[in-house]
Amino acid sequence: MSTSTHPDRVGEVIAASTTDFVAQCYELYQSPPLGSLVKTRDGSVELYGVVYNATTTSLEPGRRPIARGKDEASEEGIYRQSPQLMKLFRSEFSTLVVGHRQDDRLYHYLPPKPARIHGFVYLCPPAEVKDFSQSFDFLNILISNPLPISNDELVAAVLRQMSQAYEDQHDFLVAAARELAILLSGQLSQLKAILGRIRP
Amino acid sequence: MTERLGIVTSGSLEKGVEVKLDRPVSVEDMAVGRYVTVEGQKRRFFGMITDISLGVTDPRLAITPPDVSDDFIAEVLAGTATYGTLRVMPYLTIGGDAASMLEGPQPVKTVPSHFSVVNLASQRDVELVFGREDERRFYLGTPLDMETKICLNLEELVKRSNGVFGKSGTGKTFLTRILLIGMLQKSTAVNLLFDMHSEYGWAGSSEGGRVVKSLKQLFPSSVAVFTLDEESSRRRKVSTDFVVRIGYDEIEPEDVTLLRQTLNLTEPAVEAVYQLRRRLGKNWLQSTLDLRESEEAKELLRELNIHESTFQNLLRGLQTIGRLPFLVPQAPDNPVKSALDYLDRGINVVLEFGRYTDITAYVLVANLLTRRIHAQYRDRMERAMGEAGARPRPLVITIEEAHKFLNPEVSSQTIFGTIAREMRKYNVTLLVIDQRPSGIDSEVMSQMGTKIACLLDNERDIDSVLAGVSGKSELKSVLARLESRQQALIFGHALPMPVVIKTREYGSVRSYKELTSGEGPETKEQAEKDIEELWG
Repeated sequence: MSTSTHPDRVGEVIAASTTDFVAQCYELYQSPPLGSLVKTRDGSVELYGVVYNATTTSLEPGRRPIARGKDEASEEGIYRQSPQLMKLFRSEFSTLVVGHRQDDRLYHYLPPKPARIHGFVYLCPPAEVKDFSQSFDFLNILISNPLPISNDELVAAVLRQMSQAYEDQHDFLVAAARELAILLSGQLSQLKAILGRIRP
Repeated sequence: MTERLGIVTSGSLEKGVEVKLDRPVSVEDMAVGRYVTVEGQKRRFFGMITDISLGVTDPRLAITPPDVSDDFIAEVLAGTATYGTLRVMPYLTIGGDAASMLEGPQPVKTVPSHFSVVNLASQRDVELVFGREDERRFYLGTPLDMETKICLNLEELVKRSNGVFGKSGTGKTFLTRILLIGMLQKSTAVNLLFDMHSEYGWAGSSEGGRVVKSLKQLFPSSVAVFTLDEESSRRRKVSTDFVVRIGYDEIEPEDVTLLRQTLNLTEPAVEAVYQLRRRLGKNWLQSTLDLRESEEAKELLRELNIHESTFQNLLRGLQTIGRLPFLVPQAPDNPVKSALDYLDRGINVVLEFGRYTDITAYVLVANLLTRRIHAQYRDRMERAMGEAGARPRPLVITIEEAHKFLNPEVSSQTIFGTIAREMRKYNVTLLVIDQRPSGIDSEVMSQMGTKIACLLDNERDIDSVLAGVSGKSELKSVLARLESRQQALIFGHALPMPVVIKTREYGSVRSYKELTSGEGPETKEQAEKDIEELWG
């Protein structure tokens, strides 16, 4: 397995629903950072998602790894001693679908159909992140979906990630935070928690 | 230039509409009394900011305030979770179609719809509402933070009695001076001014002690100065036109009634005056003062059923009057006739009181002269109606300390109360200047056409000035927040809507030149000479 075909390719869809999809990384531990914007394609529709969870587990369910480093001086030594380990685990990441592009138009809401299994997943380049974050309509999806991690954490992570695409990160974050302040007008504690996490 | 402030979010016609400020607009840049326009769907509205408040979307924000020392948090919350709101009272409206454009602004009968855009009123808007300076409109001042001229239609103004109110030192006198100059130039009315502190005729002084020119210096050909105190006028180097002397026989029982409080007279004492007048005839005052401890006098009192103590009380009061130096047993000239002569020629009369600034003298003289002049006017007016002849020139009588004449106890008896009530029937109106409007009879206040209010901070005074005005509580907050000088709230008959103005400048050479520019070449030359003198 090699990612040489496209530098931004980060994995492949292995499970999908209307609201999210799970992708497996080609390399162990190579999942994109929390909150990154990724995309996959279903025919003419490009689906955008943000990474909300990443896991590394044993290939065989139920089989737990055992501690091996008692006599090793470094952690790298363990993998050197047992090179098969790299093949016994796998890394996966879950993404929440936040929008789609069809006929060159961006929509910040759910696509008509879920992603396809074995669809390639790409990390979006900064220009595309900028393009996508021109509108903050996707924030509502991030706030309202029940997730295994706290929504506040995810919103903060997404905005932090997106802000890196901008030269003026402060302006971007202020604009996004203002949108949040309106969305979360009744939930002050949640707003405060997010603001604390994205403060530049 | 339009400056967007925000959008209408709620409100009512009665209380005004609520406007949520846009994010970039700071509440700190707003001011009550400022004009705004609201772009409704079908019509435009003109209104005034009457209140400014702060809002939060979540009340918990106010209970546990965020860390505002953090610039980021402060920047985010401003305009989103925390925002400013304005209360705007709509006063006038103009329809979008051509017909209503021609009609001009009309009073509002509805409110703008939800989310109508609110802009700061432009100079053009203000001009549209108040009109430009022309032969009838007089430039009085500028609205807050604007350069536009607010012009008052003086022809309309003098058709009703008007009032200038404000605490002492708020610029009532300056404003009145400007108003008088306006009347002198732009209306057909003439003024009779009872100048208690001698500051309207020749020269007055500003709060800082600077001497400013008054009417006679600026308009020598259309102002005559009468004086009660020749000596004082001479010392102040005032060129007077007439020295007023009043004969004892000109004092009527009504004059004494009005002075009841100031002279500390009892009710029976006032009654006694009428009896004495009936009995002793026109020269009753002299005769009463001459009554000594004779049997004859006692007989007379017994006959009239006047108690001895009542008589003593009355006598003390009458002696106070008798001591006034401008009262003489026999007056050489008739001041009423002389004043009327001037007024008929269109010359304004300022009566200076000189040193006699005590209220007894003021009330006595003002009432006495006004009653006679009013009677003359009434006769002429009635003749004019009968024969369809020429009506007398409209007369404006200006009085200071008006609550002494128009308080509820005496207003029904004094001539001023009558003038205020019967309005312009006889072409005589009042210009009332007072610092305690709450002391004026509410019935009289309600008849005032246009009210000009400088800063007032007493609750009762504010209430009485605003009585009967729609949107009273809104105007109240505007009135209580006027600056202590050179600002005034004007509302009523002569204006389409209330306005807060910064009074135009008065007292500099340039201001004199501007004020007199409507006059003949003679005064222009004078102003130029002044400039030369000033700059050498």
